[in-house]
Amino acid sequence: MSYISLSDNDKKEMLARCGVASVDGLFGCIPDGVRLGRELDLPAAMTEPELVRHFESVAARSTYGRYLSFLGGGVYHHVIPAIVEALSSRGEFLTPYTPYQPEVSQGTLQVIFEYQTLICQLTGMDISNASLYDGASAAAEAVLMAQRLNNRPRVLVARSLHPQYRETIDTYVRNLGLAVDEVGFGDRGGLRSAELAAKLGPDVCGVIVQSPNFFGVVEEVEKIAALALGHKALTIVAVAEGLSLGILQAPGKLGADIVCGEGQSFGLAPAFGGPYLGFMGCGKDYLRQLPGRIAGLTKDVDGKRGFVLTLSTREQHIRREKATSNICTNQAWCALRATIFLETLGQKGLREMALQNMHKTRYARERLTRIPGVKARFSGPVFNEFVIDVPGDAAAVADGLKAKGILGGLALGAFDPEWKNGLLVCVTEVQTRDTIDRLAGALEEVLR
Amino acid sequence: MNREPLIFEISDAGKRAFGFPALDVPEAKDLLDGLAVREDIPGFPQVAEVEVVRHFTRLSQQNYCVDIGFYPLGSCTMKYNPKVNEKIAGMAGFANAHPFAPADTVQGCLEVIHRVEKALCEIAGMDAFTLQPSAGAQGELVGMMLIHACLEARGNPRKIVLIPDSAHGTNPSSAHVCGYKVREIKSNESGRVDLADLAKAMTEDVAALMVTNPNTLGVFESDICDVAGIVHAKGGLLYMDGANMNALTGIVRPGDMGVDVLHINLHKTFSTPHGGGGPGSGPVGIVRELEPFLPVPLIVRRGEGFGLEYGRPRSIGRVRSFYGNFLVAVKALAYIQALGPEGVREIAEISVLNANYIRKSLEGIYHLKYDAPSMHECVFSDKIQKDAHGVSNLDIAKRLIDYGVHPPTMSFPLIVHGALMIEPTETESKRDLDIFIEAMKAIAREAAENPAVLKSAPHHSVVRRLDETAAARNPVVKWEKPSAR
Repeated sequence: MSYISLSDNDKKEMLARCGVASVDGLFGCIPDGVRLGRELDLPAAMTEPELVRHFESVAARSTYGRYLSFLGGGVYHHVIPAIVEALSSRGEFLTPYTPYQPEVSQGTLQVIFEYQTLICQLTGMDISNASLYDGASAAAEAVLMAQRLNNRPRVLVARSLHPQYRETIDTYVRNLGLAVDEVGFGDRGGLRSAELAAKLGPDVCGVIVQSPNFFGVVEEVEKIAALALGHKALTIVAVAEGLSLGILQAPGKLGADIVCGEGQSFGLAPAFGGPYLGFMGCGKDYLRQLPGRIAGLTKDVDGKRGFVLTLSTREQHIRREKATSNICTNQAWCALRATIFLETLGQKGLREMALQNMHKTRYARERLTRIPGVKARFSGPVFNEFVIDVPGDAAAVADGLKAKGILGGLALGAFDPEWKNGLLVCVTEVQTRDTIDRLAGALEEVLR
Repeated sequence: MNREPLIFEISDAGKRAFGFPALDVPEAKDLLDGLAVREDIPGFPQVAEVEVVRHFTRLSQQNYCVDIGFYPLGSCTMKYNPKVNEKIAGMAGFANAHPFAPADTVQGCLEVIHRVEKALCEIAGMDAFTLQPSAGAQGELVGMMLIHACLEARGNPRKIVLIPDSAHGTNPSSAHVCGYKVREIKSNESGRVDLADLAKAMTEDVAALMVTNPNTLGVFESDICDVAGIVHAKGGLLYMDGANMNALTGIVRPGDMGVDVLHINLHKTFSTPHGGGGPGSGPVGIVRELEPFLPVPLIVRRGEGFGLEYGRPRSIGRVRSFYGNFLVAVKALAYIQALGPEGVREIAEISVLNANYIRKSLEGIYHLKYDAPSMHECVFSDKIQKDAHGVSNLDIAKRLIDYGVHPPTMSFPLIVHGALMIEPTETESKRDLDIFIEAMKAIAREAAENPAVLKSAPHHSVVRRLDETAAARNPVVKWEKPSAR
């Protein structure tokens, strides 16, 4: 299949205007010594029907869809309203570039402006950027931002932060001389505040805590923020399950200085890891240290309302090595889907969806922990996932469930050998009483 | 066209556009054991379904896009995005796969990643690729981190990265985020890296040179082998920004030019849609020596199938969750698979032909600061129009909007004052190229005859020229409920 639009006649005319006999004549600037001089070793071309048939067979080799899945851990199976797909697949949204020419990009720019407003409303922060790559890299950017804001050399990271967020932070700060210290969790499953108090000091730029955390437990953000404030350290709240903001108190109301998180739950499929979107908001005083694109309101020469990308003096194309971040683009199309999703769900729908997650999760936790040998690992309140301890290795239990057609959760031994009895079970609104009961029944059989 | 209101301005209490089945489990009491539950989300919209559909449909009509017409945004490679690739990426085996799923249940996904890596190795002439970086800029950062790790393993990570003055702004920024100091290398009178300046700057404190090839002028760095020689002789590594791979596919491979590390933008060369500014994907290719440092996990062959390998003690770690923007990789593979080897070579051949056709058609009418041969793009400037009529590249760009064409990249690269950087890509028809050429000629005439019409352009867009200075001086970055009188 070729996507070239030139006829043989076109090519002839164009070559003539270029003054060469063949296209080869246009590549004279490439030294002979480095030319490939052979055809690339790639599979033969395919027409559209062949292509579709071929990829149907590749996709079919992913059998995941045959299982009843309770996997979560930062990526969630949620409903996606039909209009999200229908509207976001319009070519006018899918095929423009970054809106550098605002007069012909008002659609994208207004969507970003609405997205920023929605993120502010959800997080309780003053301002939001136009999105970052994903939750993990947003967490790393938030840590770098905190360091820029107060120039202190140490950051405190909750042990209950998503392990991939933690790894991403470690990778980003490794060559920058910023030390990372960990604060453990207690029986509740949340950050141990006594340990936090002991580790805080005048050299700490910020504390990053995830709520609900990796174990699904809602953190005591208000208490944590108060402790951090006592040392003039910034509180960064990471939200790996964006939907929780539909019912949990906005972190901005609890003392968070920076909120970052993952927007996958807002109309984006699990997609084997991406693309998703990272969201980020902060207080208005930090506007000029916020990384990423930002859309702002303005007027045209006739006084008509319009939107532009703004505050670009923070960014790499103007500031080069002095920029707040090296990030160039946002995840505009993912942010578009999130915007359509959130506006479709609306005030009532989002709250109802979040509540259904909580009720079903509570039902599942009670149902599973009635099984002999199974107990809740933590006592703290949860949103839509929780850790159960099972007798023996949770990975073996998960395998047993898998043999029965159920992916019962994430075995935590892969992240830390100390957690090997733990299974992180996620229950969203897509589950029903019946599927939860099936999981419980299967678990009972596996443990029998 | 009237401006579409913000959704918040048409919201009214009690409306909704989506419902859920009744809860089929008992309602739990005291959901949060005493922690606060929010009562509402102040300002959050409440609208009906048809209102949402019309809102976004009308907004979409205020966008220009590749599906509408010519989009010659230089260095952004705005080519046609095949529709069938969207269909393939939407297949349930790809779109619904959970990234924590056991490897044996996601073999199709792992196969896609493996095959994209393999194809990119062949096209770029590198030994290995990682698909983890989310976009070009993150690819640059990973590349810098790999170089840092490699040189550290050799004994000294070094302090400085050299970057030509024509480079994209992400290059110095990415080097900086990796902890390197940046030193600029001058371009010579042909717009290429100045070898003498490079030789002088290339010391044993220098970790790497970041070079874009073809560079941002659309000029091939024909001394690339000498450049690599100078860098390697002092123990440095050569990084190539592969943003302009569109000019090279099937003709010449970075790995064969002495490049040690490069990133490729799947959303440029491999035709995945830009989506109004993302998602992108910035795979990084390397030579063998850097393999131990690649981000985790690696996708590896295991028997007949594929697995994920985490236990890599020398890895730089990870720069995001999971395995990169997977669905973007699916679309890129579909594109490579549709084209085959000849089609991939044709990308370079026709994009270079199209760019040279535009250049020949506009030379003399617009000023060309560097007359070195053009590859896939050409960089004109406003010099002729500015000197004679006071018309700037901004005026020219805005007037193009009235002619129904998206403007070229403006004011970049920085070494060309008043730049207009034109990249047509290979998928454009001659008819669309001619429409653009005629529009540019008409604008040059207007500059002489009626410059006012350019300075006040655009005239026919949904909004006219916007006040960007005011937006930055007094930033309003969200909607707020008008306060009650």
